[in-house]
Amino acid sequence: MNRNIREHVRNNLKKGIRPDGRKLHEIREIKVETGFLSTAEGSARIKFGDAEVIAGVKMALEKPYADTPEDGVLMVNSELLPLSNPDFESGPPSAASIETARVIDRGIRESKTLDTKSLCLVKGEKVWTIAIDIVPINYDGNLIDMGGLAALVALKTARFPVVKEDGTVEYHKRSDKKVTLRRLPIPVTICKVGDLLIVDPTDDEENTIDARLTITVLEDNKICALQKGGDGVLTIDDINKMVDLAIEISAEIRKKFVEAN
Amino acid sequence: MEKFVRPSNRVVTETRAIEAEAGVIKKADGSARFKIGDTEAYAAVYGPRELHPKFLQNPKTGVLRCNYSMMPFSGDGSRVKPGPSRRSKEISFVTEKALLPVLDLQDYPNTVVDVFIELPQTDAGSRCAGICAAAIALADAGFTMKDMVAAVSVGQVRETLVVDLDGAEEHMDENEAADIPVAMIPSTEEITLLQMDGIVSKENLLIALEMVKPALKLIAEKQREAIRNRYNGASTVGDLR
Repeated sequence: MNRNIREHVRNNLKKGIRPDGRKLHEIREIKVETGFLSTAEGSARIKFGDAEVIAGVKMALEKPYADTPEDGVLMVNSELLPLSNPDFESGPPSAASIETARVIDRGIRESKTLDTKSLCLVKGEKVWTIAIDIVPINYDGNLIDMGGLAALVALKTARFPVVKEDGTVEYHKRSDKKVTLRRLPIPVTICKVGDLLIVDPTDDEENTIDARLTITVLEDNKICALQKGGDGVLTIDDINKMVDLAIEISAEIRKKFVEAN
Repeated sequence: MEKFVRPSNRVVTETRAIEAEAGVIKKADGSARFKIGDTEAYAAVYGPRELHPKFLQNPKTGVLRCNYSMMPFSGDGSRVKPGPSRRSKEISFVTEKALLPVLDLQDYPNTVVDVFIELPQTDAGSRCAGICAAAIALADAGFTMKDMVAAVSVGQVRETLVVDLDGAEEHMDENEAADIPVAMIPSTEEITLLQMDGIVSKENLLIALEMVKPALKLIAEKQREAIRNRYNGASTVGDLR
């Protein structure tokens, strides 16, 4: 990003002015679409304004890990597609894309929303592996929050493929079996610029912030995952305010999840 | 011999339903979405921009660089591992060759024009859908083009020639079908991509290439319409810049 533009965005942000005219604690308009991919067992398209992300769920029957023979396996992956933003390059996954996937994964895993035992078919032999892939189509910031919602919606709407008598998967047929979500973990990223806090940053805003904190909030306002990012520091007072703000925003986003299902 | 009925009940020259849209990715210099049946491709164009490493630069012309990639959940069966494969590299390579004949990048020496093609779902014919999306995206980005490039497959299933094979046809009788992806410059009827797997006679190959022309011209019309719609205010995403 051009240094002058960066300074301009930053100086305005510090005065409380956002490039798209939003209030500091205002998220972009959220749109949710589901079940539009024929090849994925579950799919979700999430738009925050013009920013667009899709998530797809693929399921497979595999041997469980030796130390958890009765547990299904969850895998969250994200890729910063060069298609979605001029700053992304082809090549092996960047640290940023791995961080995104891991933070989303942490929220889902630690909330224990998935009953991994229910994903076991034959102990030690055959469990469901659920892979969630999150890909931006138009990247404009805040991928963790968008991807976190996308992952949850894709999981919720996914249907297991039919298992044939010989124990292999018939991908062309879907059963009525759905994934049960026991909790609704919503990641919310709060950014700090100077003395101000902003939510749902765009790409340009992300490039100017001092620090960020992703707080994954459950429906009872408990927290199930945290990730601090950015080069700057946070005070305990900052964190106190950020958690309050995240709880408020998470309720707004969770409402969209409920509406979509 | 019993007459072959297509699983989709299409007549032999009929393509699947087509959707084409330009300007769908706001951050890109040009972009498009092309959907044919359950095969869907996004394409984004970035450039002309500086090419690194420097030794790849050409002082006489800009370089077209295409990148075809299937999203992990876009495969017919289990998850597709992300990242380049031998298959995706070859398709990227032939996609470049399919598009280059209509482009002139001599005004942009030492630069690269990147075309990223991503498929969220596939049901056969993905390289053709990718080429169709890429051609719209290049036009959307404002490059001077001699014409569109339209692409679709034609093939032979159970001794019958058919246009735009779907997955059910491609996999029929243990993948016995011959599949011939074709890309064409519609105004001159010149062919810019031609591949085949399967077995056909020379006679049938020539018949197939004649038979696929109307479908390609129809696709080219959909592609042009996508560009026109962008300027009629019918586009749903993205601003005109």
